Formats: sequence, C-alpha cells, structure tokens
Amino acid sequence: MSSGASDMSVHTRPQAAMAARRLVPEDTSAVRFSGVTRHFGSVKAVDGVDLDVRAGEFFAMLGPSGSGKTTCLRLVAGFEQPNAGEISIFDEPVAGSPPFQRAVNTVFQDYALFPHLNILDNVAYGLRIRGMVRSEREKLAREALGLVKLVGFEGRRPSQLSGGQRQRVALARALVNRPKVLLLDEPLGALDLKLREEMQVELKTLQRALGLTFIFVTHDQGEALSMSDRVAVFDAGRIVQVGTPEEIYERPRNRFVAQFVGGSNVLEPAITARLGGQPRLASLRPEAIAVQSVGAAPGDGHVHVDGICIEVQYHGAMRRVIAECASIRLAALVPATQARNLLSGEAVRLSWSPASLHVMEDEK
Amino acid sequence: MTSVALDPPMAREALSRRLSSVLFAKRGLLVTLLLVPPLLWLGVVYVGSLIALLIQSFFSIDEFSGTIVREFTLKTYAELLRPANLDVILRTLAIATFVTFASAVLAFPIAYYAARYARGRTKATFYIAIVMPLWSSYLVKVYAWKLLLAKEGAVAWGADRLGATPMVDALLSMPFVGGPSLSVSYLGQALVFAYLWLPFMILPIQAALERVPASLIEASADLGAAPGQTFRTVTLPLALPGVAAGSIFTFSLTLGDYILPQIIGPSTLLLGQTVYVLQGTAGNIPLAAAFAVVPIIVMGFYLFAAKRLGAFDAF
Amino acid sequence: MRSKASLKLKIAAGIGLLFLHAPLAFVILYAFTTEERSYQFPPPGLTLKWFGVTFARPDVWNALVLSLRVATIATVIALTLGTMAAGALARTRFFGREVISLLIILPIALPGIITGIALRSAFNLLDIPFSFWTIVVGHATFCVVVVHNNAIARLRRLSPSIVEASYDLGADSFQTFRFVILPNLGTALLAGSMLAFALSFDEVIVTTFTAGQQATLPIWMLNELIRPRQRPVTNVVAVIVIALTFLPILAAYYLTREEGPASGGG
Repeated sequence: MSSGASDMSVHTRPQAAMAARRLVPEDTSAVRFSGVTRHFGSVKAVDGVDLDVRAGEFFAMLGPSGSGKTTCLRLVAGFEQPNAGEISIFDEPVAGSPPFQRAVNTVFQDYALFPHLNILDNVAYGLRIRGMVRSEREKLAREALGLVKLVGFEGRRPSQLSGGQRQRVALARALVNRPKVLLLDEPLGALDLKLREEMQVELKTLQRALGLTFIFVTHDQGEALSMSDRVAVFDAGRIVQVGTPEEIYERPRNRFVAQFVGGSNVLEPAITARLGGQPRLASLRPEAIAVQSVGAAPGDGHVHVDGICIEVQYHGAMRRVIAECASIRLAALVPATQARNLLSGEAVRLSWSPASLHVMEDEK
Repeated sequence: MTSVALDPPMAREALSRRLSSVLFAKRGLLVTLLLVPPLLWLGVVYVGSLIALLIQSFFSIDEFSGTIVREFTLKTYAELLRPANLDVILRTLAIATFVTFASAVLAFPIAYYAARYARGRTKATFYIAIVMPLWSSYLVKVYAWKLLLAKEGAVAWGADRLGATPMVDALLSMPFVGGPSLSVSYLGQALVFAYLWLPFMILPIQAALERVPASLIEASADLGAAPGQTFRTVTLPLALPGVAAGSIFTFSLTLGDYILPQIIGPSTLLLGQTVYVLQGTAGNIPLAAAFAVVPIIVMGFYLFAAKRLGAFDAF
Repeated sequence: MRSKASLKLKIAAGIGLLFLHAPLAFVILYAFTTEERSYQFPPPGLTLKWFGVTFARPDVWNALVLSLRVATIATVIALTLGTMAAGALARTRFFGREVISLLIILPIALPGIITGIALRSAFNLLDIPFSFWTIVVGHATFCVVVVHNNAIARLRRLSPSIVEASYDLGADSFQTFRFVILPNLGTALLAGSMLAFALSFDEVIVTTFTAGQQATLPIWMLNELIRPRQRPVTNVVAVIVIALTFLPILAAYYLTREEGPASGGG
C-alpha cells in the first residue's frame, strides 16, 4: 500500500516528507465503522455507528458530552473494543488488536505528557519503543518540535510549560511516529479563547501540509465547522448527520442538529402550516430573520409575524433579539446597528424569505 | 532512497508483545494475576490464622489435666462472664473511653491550628511534627514516660519546683484513678496511652477540618454568627467525623495493648495483658482466644457506629 | 484574608506539640547521665561512657543485627505484595474490591495482640517451630498496607491517560511498566519501603508472639524495661532506635511530599 511504503521512507528526509502531501487516492477509506456498538453495562455509549472517514480528511466528531464521540475515538485508538460491528483502518480490520499495534496516534485531552521525561524524551518516546537509536530518534524529535514551533524547549519538563506549549508537545509526540490517522480528543478544550483560535489555524495548516487524516473530537460547534472538511454530529450514541460544515449548518437533518449546531429556530409543523407552508418540521436560521417595527413593510415575498421583544443580547457586531410571537419564541441575529434602539417589551415584526425555511425530517 | 530500518510496531511479534496483547484484551486477567500473591498471603496466612484463633475460642480446657479439649463448646465464652474476667473487660473499656476523650481534647487545638492557620512552611513543619511521633518507636516512647513519671523523675521534680506537689498528691489520692505514684496509677497509664495515640487522633480531625471550605466559615459570619457561635454550630459538627475516625484508632489500640500496662500503671491486668498471660504462662489458649474476640466484637460495633457518623470519609 | 489564630489557640496547640515531642528529648538526655541506678532528674552529671559500654555488648549487637535482617526481608516481601495489590486496585472496580481493601488494612486495624496471637496459634496448630522466618511472616503481614497505601496514592495521582499514551505510542504492557509506571512510582515505593522498614524495626507486640528464643532489638528493650539489668545501656539503645527510625521516616516524607503539578496533564 502506498501510504505504508511512504511511511517507511519518510525518515530519510523527514522535513521534506512532512511537508509533502501524501500520495493517497482521494476516495481511500482511512477509518471505517460498520455497525459499531459499544456498551458499558446497560449504557449504550456507541449504538450502531456506520461511518467512513476518507484518507487525508480533517474530520470532526461533534456532539454534547456523553454522546459517544470520545468512545468512538477510543475505539479507533484501541483503548476500547466494540461489542458488535467492525472497525477498519485503511481497509484492515483491527478487531482485537491492542493500541500498541495500531498505526494511529492520539493527542489526549489532558495531553498525557510523561511527567518524568523532558520534552525531547517525551516526543522521542514512540521512536524509542520501536528501537530506534538515540541519535536518530532525537534528530526526528527535534524536527517534530520544530514543526510545532517549540525549538529550545527540549530540556524542560512538562510541568514547566504552559497549557498551549504542552498541547504542541502532545501534537509533536504523536506526529513524529507518522501515524496513518491522528486522533485528537478535545485537544483545544483546556486552552483560552485566543490560544484556541491560534491553534485552530495551526492545526488546519499542519494537517494540510502533512496530508494526514485527522479525526477531531469536539463539543464546540464553531470549532467543528470552521476547521473540518466533514463533520459527524453525535447524539445519544448515534450519528445523526454527516456532511460538510455547510450542509450541517444550512440543512440540518433534525431538531437536534438544528439546535445544537448554531442554535436555529425550530418551527413545529402546525406553525409552518399556519405561516402558509406545508405542515412539516422546519428550521430557520436566526440570521435569516429581519427585525422591524410593527407596521413596516416586509421585504418582497417575505413571511412576517408580529410579536413582543423579550430580550436583546449584545454580541459585538451582531445583536441577538429574542421575541415571542403568538406563543412561539424566535431568535433573530441582526447587525448591531439595526437593533440599536430596541427595548424589551417593545412590539416588533419579524420577517424572512420562505426560501430560508429548511424542511427537516418528520419526528415520529 | 536508503530507508532507516524502522519496524512499525506491528511487525514485532516478540513474546512480551503477544503476552501484552492477551493481557490487554483480558484486563481482568492482569488484575487477577496481580491479586493472587497478596491474597494468598493475607487471605490464607492471615485470615487463616484469625479463623484458627476463632475456632480455638470454641474449644475448652480440661480443668484437671490442663489439656485442650477439641470439641465445640460455648463454655469458654461463658467464662468471660465470671466477675473477675468481666471486671477486666469493663475496666479496659473504661480506660479506652477515657483515653479517647483525652486524646480528642488534646488533639483538637493542634488539628485546628494546622488545618486553618498553618500555611506553607509552617504547615509542612506541623505535618512532620505530628507524623514523626506517630512513626517513632513505640517502646522508646513508653520508656520516655517511665523516665518522666518515675518517683525521682522529671515530672516530680518539675512539680516540686513549681510548688505543685500537693496538687499531684491530691490527684494521686483520688480513689480508683490514683495510686502510690504517677507511674503506677491509672492516671499515669491513661496519660501515656493518650500520648501514644495522639497523632492518630490529630490527623483525621485535621483532614476533616481541612475539608470545611473557608467560605463556609465566612458564610456563617456573614449570616451574623459570632466566632464562638460559628465554631459551635459549623466547625465542631463538621469536625466530628474526624473525631470519630480518630477514636477508632485510640479505642482499638488501647483495647489491644499489653506492653504499656506492664510498664506503667497498677498491677491489675488489662484485657491485652490477660490474653498474653493466658496464652503464655497459663497455657489456656481457648480462654485467651475468647478474650481476643472481645476487642474484635467491640470494634465491629464501634466501626458500625463510626460509619454512620461518617468517620470513613474523614481519612 | 483569614484572621489570625487567637492567642488561646496558639498556646493550646503549642502545649499539645510540646507534649508530643518533649518526652523523646528526655530519653536522649538520659543516655548521657552518670546516674546508674535510678531515673534521677536532673542528671547529676553527663558522660559519654555508656555508648562505649553499649557497643561492647554482644547481646545488643545480636539484637540489632536480627532486627535489621528481619526488617529488610519483611520490607522486600511487603514491597512486592503491596505494589501488586496497589496495581490491581488503583483504578479498577469489581465485586469484592472493598473486601480486599479491608483485608489489606486489617492487620493494622486490628489490635496487634490479635494479629500476634492468631499467628502464634496458627503456627502451633501447624507445628511450625518459631524462628527467624516466623518473625518475618508477622512483620510482612502488617507492612503490606504501608507500601500499598503509598503506591496507590501515587497511582491515583498520576493521570490515567499517561498509561494510555504509552500504549498509544506503541509500548506494550511491559514496556509501559518499565518506562512509564515504574519511574513515576519509584519514590512512592521507596518511601513506602522506608516506612515499612521503620515499622518492622521497632515492632514489639506481634514479635513477642512470633519469636521463639530470638530477641529483636525491641524485644531486648522490653525485657530490660520489665527486668532492668543495666539502665544506662537501655538508655543508649533507646537513642539508637530513635535515630534508626527517624532517618527513614524523614526521608520518606521528603520523597512523597506534594511535588507541585504532579503529572504532565497539569
């Protein structure tokens, strides 16, 4: 297999190899889940998951805590074994093989750096286990540290590093082994906002440059949407939707996806019928709603409802207006300048184009 | 391109790897393998011995030949209820209760200070100061008190210098607790017991107090309680599980001790000494075993009560 | 921040600490007294001669060597068993786990006299003669818990994911034990061993039941306390015991005190 062969040779000129994209056909499957179930006692953490992560993809597993996304990652890493179903890594079934025999590496949520080893030895650990001689493995470890911009920190202990630096060490320690798939378990969760945004860009750049498959677990929908090629949304152990960020955001499949990814308004079938549409469950993005004063003419062909403004939240460039219109509560996201003088208790008119109403799956 | 010889982990199939795979797949197996040796030792050697002891307590001794009759009987337990034997048990329980109470009173200020006021270096010093005596030699500590309490020793000398000799004499002339001198009185004995077990009392109380968040004390003050009221209504109740935990040690250790009463205190026997004498010179193993079961039963009830007080959360 | 401690509390705590420590100072003082027959205070004069007398006594030397041998072997057994038990119990939950924890604590939770008499009657029943090894069996039994407690505390403080990280990076169970677990556990095991050693070195209650004719140093001392022969020699032995237990305990403390952020996880 081409990826395996390139694995063997990259270490001759690692810098060049790390910068080069992998020569993998676009449609190669990197990780495949077929009917995978994992339960802990009576709790089904993962419940019949089918999934195909393609080689070279930046793939996000998104969901609230307890939705099964982390368990899925641990199933790939080999820390857990499925109770039913099968997982393949590059078309090789991995059933029963322990983590130390899998060509995948993990960046742990708490980084899991070895407290008794310095940074260089931490990064070189995987190579040392494989029996690589010291000079060779230290050279590669230094290069990996260069890749994550941590040159000069080789001799320090993990406890002497900041959270962001530890994160980079964890990344270098995984990447230096040239894994076929890199698994990242909420890697940015412990970082503050600014650092997180920086790392988002860096991770994405690194992934592109290396052409590696990244599987990234997060509960932050903004992070999932902005970084990934594709996203799988998890709820209660199942995948409810897989798609590109645009698909997920604009065409949520059901109520859960609509509300979890970006807080859409969900209109019940009775409401959409009353507004002149078909009696189907629908989502309406807050930014598709315009807020006017009562009596103002809505845009061409727009649907409108009148109601009372309940709350106005300031979000910098935008304001979020919550209004109650005939027993339903709607949120609208409007440019801050437009809603400047709006007060709670005021009567408002909300309007939107019928085209922005997205029909979702019916609920049983 | 010449490639560096670098086996991917999969290619290596050494024995240790295969064994690891098995252990990884069956994690219960590893736990079992790890538990077998300690369980063999503690479960077979130790618990086996305890059971052997228990069984012997149901045997009896032939009063004429002095040999052990290996037949099930409750006769030996009935012997415990003889006035002389019952007296030993009750006297030991009384001393254990007094010692527990005295240790709690002595321990509280130290634990309170260490938990609430000591910080940084002071705290570390306190910790060492409490733990060192806990681990230092039991016999040396008993010996130290023999030196101190002797008629011509330091305590008598100090009392004399302070003009407190009449006070000590008054204490010693009290019925039951007193005696000819401190080193042969129940008072001296209880004092040394309290000294020996003091660290066992301080540590759980300190742990319990440290678990009381400072905000709770502030909340009480904020709600209008004076410091004394806060202490009585908030701090003390929350420290009680610690006192209960500490008392498990002070009580249990006093019940079983037989060295200290040989060296300090009156010549009447306590429970531990009785067991020692019965199994040794008297050769009455069944009665010794029955006596030894008494602290186990007492501690069983005690642990049950302490658990209800929350003592086990205070370790 | 918090208010200062009241004077009353300071005095009470101070008296408590003095009560806890002063007696041992007297033992040290008495090792230098010139008075041979009584515990006269203050000592009429000070001398170093009792140290020489003590070191020339073969019975003291025999007892000391026996105690050191017993403590060493009991510690090695306790280290092995305690570490195994800690490894099995640190992060697992299974039926009967609590019973096993109780079993490990039992030898120090029950009064020593019960452990002692139980072992003695078992040895008697099985017709095992008292020897060096019967002493070791008794000591190892109550030392296991010390090692176990130290090891399990450290294991629980380590981030569980560092073990997973090691597996993830290709290390098998044995490599993970050697390269990750052992280096992190090392000081805790050393501390546990030192405490076990100290515990065994001055144990007297269980030993009186499991020793035959042999006298460990504490047994030697006990005999001197009950039937004094040469008081100044006993005083010097007491000081030796203080020194020999003080050092390992202090070392154990420094090995296990809070090491700042304990694991890479932070």
